[in-house]
Amino acid sequence: MKENNTQNPSLVTIRNLSFSRGQRVIFDNASLDIQHGKITAIMGPSGSGKTTLLKLIGGQLSPSHGTIVVDGLNINQLSRSELYTLRKKMGMLFQSGALLTDLNVFDNVAYPIREHTALPETIIRTLVLMKLQAVGLRGARHLSPNELSGGMARRVALARAIALDPMMVMYDEPFTGQDPISMGVLIKLIKTLNDSVGLTSIIVSHDVQETAAIADYIYIMSSGKIIGQGTPQELKHSKSEWVQQFMNGQPDGPVKFHYSSDNYFDDL
Amino acid sequence: MTYSHLGQNLKMITFLSAIGQSVIANLTKTGRGTLFLKQTLSCTFSVLCHPRLIIKQLFSVGVLTILIITISGLFVGMVLGLQGYYILSDFGAEETLGVMIAASLVRELGPVVSALLFAGRAGSSLTAEIGLMKATEQLSGMEMMAVDPIQRIICPRFLAGCLSMPLLAAIFSMVGILGGQLVGVTLLGVDEGAFWSQMQSSIDFYDDILNGVIKSLVFGFVVTWISLFEGYDAIPTSEGVSRATTRTVVYSSFAILGMDFILTALMFGDI
Amino acid sequence: MHNPKSLDTLVGLFVIIGIGALFFIGMKVSNLASYSNNDGYTITARFENSGGLKVRSPVSVAGVRIGRVTAIDFDNENYESVVQMQIEPQYNTLPDDSSASIFTAGLLGEQYIGLQTGASDEFLTHNSEIEITQSAIVLEEIIGQFLFSEKEN
Repeated sequence: MKENNTQNPSLVTIRNLSFSRGQRVIFDNASLDIQHGKITAIMGPSGSGKTTLLKLIGGQLSPSHGTIVVDGLNINQLSRSELYTLRKKMGMLFQSGALLTDLNVFDNVAYPIREHTALPETIIRTLVLMKLQAVGLRGARHLSPNELSGGMARRVALARAIALDPMMVMYDEPFTGQDPISMGVLIKLIKTLNDSVGLTSIIVSHDVQETAAIADYIYIMSSGKIIGQGTPQELKHSKSEWVQQFMNGQPDGPVKFHYSSDNYFDDL
Repeated sequence: MTYSHLGQNLKMITFLSAIGQSVIANLTKTGRGTLFLKQTLSCTFSVLCHPRLIIKQLFSVGVLTILIITISGLFVGMVLGLQGYYILSDFGAEETLGVMIAASLVRELGPVVSALLFAGRAGSSLTAEIGLMKATEQLSGMEMMAVDPIQRIICPRFLAGCLSMPLLAAIFSMVGILGGQLVGVTLLGVDEGAFWSQMQSSIDFYDDILNGVIKSLVFGFVVTWISLFEGYDAIPTSEGVSRATTRTVVYSSFAILGMDFILTALMFGDI
Repeated sequence: MHNPKSLDTLVGLFVIIGIGALFFIGMKVSNLASYSNNDGYTITARFENSGGLKVRSPVSVAGVRIGRVTAIDFDNENYESVVQMQIEPQYNTLPDDSSASIFTAGLLGEQYIGLQTGASDEFLTHNSEIEITQSAIVLEEIIGQFLFSEKEN
């Protein structure tokens, strides 16, 4: 594994990615690298195509130009079965949790294990309880998804995402709409999982403070382009006005507070 | 004057382009639907190896629809008994009441009415279920867990729908005939022996009953396909799902009645 | 929502009721029950006119149904209708000089073949032909004849 890392230090390599939905250009010639064993954050305002990026990495969408290489494999050239084999090594945490509503918490976490392995039920039980213990919800195993709070649902989804011990986990807006406590829990979980299991994590988010606290490297995107990148420290002292505005949450700056319009006084 | 002319031309062009757009939209939707059906059918074999998945869906698609099918069948049969009796007694031909009830139920009303009820009861709930699974990202979630949602979610429901429909139509026809007997024989006093024996000598197993079963198979196939595709293709918002559910019922009803005419013409007519 | 056992039972019940209903319709409502005996023997008869006789019309002797019509063909040489009928195997003692007529059940009912038994000691067997036949009564012809004779009188 070590040798592999030195040969090919980035797990995901994206080169010259372009993608558009109808008339709308979502990515325009974007390139980025995601390092092994690191937490990489992709940040940007709402609607900048961050979730689309995760779907592109997962192979659910295919780009109009450019290549996406995950673990040495070019996603768009894989056959269906090769893609499915690769997806077993990727976990994804959806914004809504995406738990299967007709199964309880235990069965949800057990679902990928049951689908992809022929393990006996006792071992599955042990594995599932381990994963649930890791997210602190071993006691909630009999609840059904609609009895969970948003934060708990996300933690169950996290347990499910790591059920097959993937090499990387993609988090889609993990902090959105969480109260401070469950936010803190999630931040701690993502950090611990990454460090203790050696996962590679990709976080897509627009919550600057929380993400900056745990990310090793941050890409900032706007209108389909990477407009800033670096460690959280570097970005804080970035000279780019745009990056400054985004990192500090200023209401006005390169991104105007006012939707483009005629002169206010002329309009009155 | 020249300006108003120009305006009319413009209106004409926007009108034409609106027609063109809707034709293109409908054609691409048909194409997506056909691809969807192909994907679903290609999973049939692997799903048949996991009968558990189908049994679960047979419950929600079939068992939960029995009640409405039985009650409707009973009333349809009873009404047929009453109406048929009043018309036939004018000709002194009450004995053929059984033939009339059985023929109309087995050939037409059984497959058609039970398919319409099926679309309203099971079809709409399939659309809503799949649409909500899409809206809550459960389908993409499964894809990312390397589980094919077509195989795990869509195909078992599809097979359950195709299996349930002929059985439900048969139950509908049987209950209807018994309801007709209740009214005709028990209440109105048609001779019981004539009721059944005339029925038996006039209804042909291959021409009438097998054709009815084929009809209900076709309806089950089409209704389940429409319901699942509408759910799968729904815009993943609550409004999108509710619209898709409405479309399921409307399109299914059209499809059932239109296909019924074609099938009847092919089976019984000389067109 | 339900435990798997009761779910299985209900689904099983549903399938059984459904197949039972199909069976009920097949046996009780339609003529499937009379299809089962395909092992009878076939005899033919030639008629000048077979009228409204159809495939699967009944063949009866003394009012009892003993078989059904299996084919009606047109003979290109003699311009006759050739009717094939299948007789159930237990009725194997029909004399070979029996005659066949086409009757109508009631005034407007369906047409059927009635056999009148003869006196011969030989019996009809597979592929034998009934020699003496009487064609169907065509209502229009009778009415025509009736009107014609009225005129003459």
